[in-house]
Amino acid sequence: MKSLSFLDRSRTVAEPGFSRWLVPPAALCVHLCIGQAYAFSVFNLPMTRLVGISQSAPTDWKLTELGWIFSIAIFFLGVSSAVFGRWVEEGGPRRAMFAAALCWAGGFFVSAIGVYIHNLWLIYLGYGVLGGIALGIGYISPVSTLIKWFPDRPGMATGMAIMGFGGGAFIAAPLSVWLMGKFNSATHVGVAETFIILGVVYFFFMMVGAAIVRVPAPGWKPAGYTAPTTAQKLITKNDVFVYDALKTPQFWLIWWILCLNVTAGIGVLGQASAMSQEMFPGHITPLAAAGFVGLMSLFNMGGRFFWASTSDYIGRRNTYFVFMVLGFVMYCTVPYTGSIGSVAAFVIAFLIIISMYGGGFSTVPAYLRDMFGTRYVGAIHGLLLTAWSMAGIFGPVIVNYLREYNIAHNVPKAQAYNNAMYIMAGLLVIGFVCNLLVKAVHHRFHMKLDHEAERAQAVVAAAGEPAGA
Amino acid sequence: MANTHPGQVSSMTVKLVLAWGFVGIPLTLGVIQTLLNAMKLFQ
Repeated sequence: MKSLSFLDRSRTVAEPGFSRWLVPPAALCVHLCIGQAYAFSVFNLPMTRLVGISQSAPTDWKLTELGWIFSIAIFFLGVSSAVFGRWVEEGGPRRAMFAAALCWAGGFFVSAIGVYIHNLWLIYLGYGVLGGIALGIGYISPVSTLIKWFPDRPGMATGMAIMGFGGGAFIAAPLSVWLMGKFNSATHVGVAETFIILGVVYFFFMMVGAAIVRVPAPGWKPAGYTAPTTAQKLITKNDVFVYDALKTPQFWLIWWILCLNVTAGIGVLGQASAMSQEMFPGHITPLAAAGFVGLMSLFNMGGRFFWASTSDYIGRRNTYFVFMVLGFVMYCTVPYTGSIGSVAAFVIAFLIIISMYGGGFSTVPAYLRDMFGTRYVGAIHGLLLTAWSMAGIFGPVIVNYLREYNIAHNVPKAQAYNNAMYIMAGLLVIGFVCNLLVKAVHHRFHMKLDHEAERAQAVVAAAGEPAGA
Repeated sequence: MANTHPGQVSSMTVKLVLAWGFVGIPLTLGVIQTLLNAMKLFQ
């Protein structure tokens, strides 16, 4: 379609004089919006009284039913980033950002209808499926573009964008609460109207990102930058085709490293409020626990930038070694902090843990770039995000079920999390071993001419022109 | 931006300020709000 030609990769090539520092805010426009997913829980309680208004009526939705919305969205994040990764990579960032904006806003609009007619399946479809697809496409859309713009600091560049995903909740949570307050009345909770406003605002915000994003011209390099001439063992100068990456042990080792690191972090992130109150009864009130969760979110966001930037100096593999070793020490320390009643030590341990949880997400694109080159890094990253979906199930299950089991066996609540912490520490030991096994990708996986030809044919076919035209 | 006209440089500077402000201002406000809530942990 000619009217949509402004989305083409060829229309996004930067002209001389373009500053690469415009690309991180373009990426942030998308990541800050889709990061709203972390704040979706602010709608849970209001959606349990859409019929009863002041309190839940028998026909109102239950919290357990509403919990599925977020789970479906995260599941489709993993699926869509894996399925659409190559499409995102070859179509360019603007087309991907536009698609993400349409799905994200569309998800809110469909959900608003679901709230209006009180049909939960429409919300599963809207926010869960459509929103989840937007999460997957939007999350990977700026990654390879940023890596190409910042060959000198790829960790910092992707860290900045992925920090936005952690920070999106800071904007979304107060904004959503404020909007619901504005539309709230004696006969109305205000959720549907809030969804519509959020859909419009997010679409506009993401389209600004799509409008300003640019890809570098072929052969572009930052002023004064010269690629390292000495060979670095764990940084390749070659590219690996997206589906060939799946055949390498390196891909699966990094998949497990991410999965284990996220499993450890996500398990405590979801339970932080309850855990802090149960481990320190009388010392941490519900209000203080809410403050603790807020502080953890800040460290989750800050850790994404800090650790990814640090990895540019100490190397990706070493950064993950730090995550595994320091994480192991911190998880083993948590039960001890409970036994001596030290709230400060408990808070510090968790803030370090959660910074490394965020750091695990933001450092991995640069790790993949080091292993598989820049050409298909976005698509390979998309495939890797299935590890996140898996960890989203493992982490909370380990923490919640072990707590239930311990309480059922008369373990005091203050000690009910201890063995979960030791299991998390054990997972990081496995992650350490996986990281230790990561070596440079064998040259037989490097892209050869036949893949180049296949890719060129695919691009021509997608453009609808005869081969050779 | 080595081979560019001075006018182009100043226009790019304006774009940079606008773009970073567009994402930076809401993010900063959100962070401040979260920090204020987090202070309750220490009260």
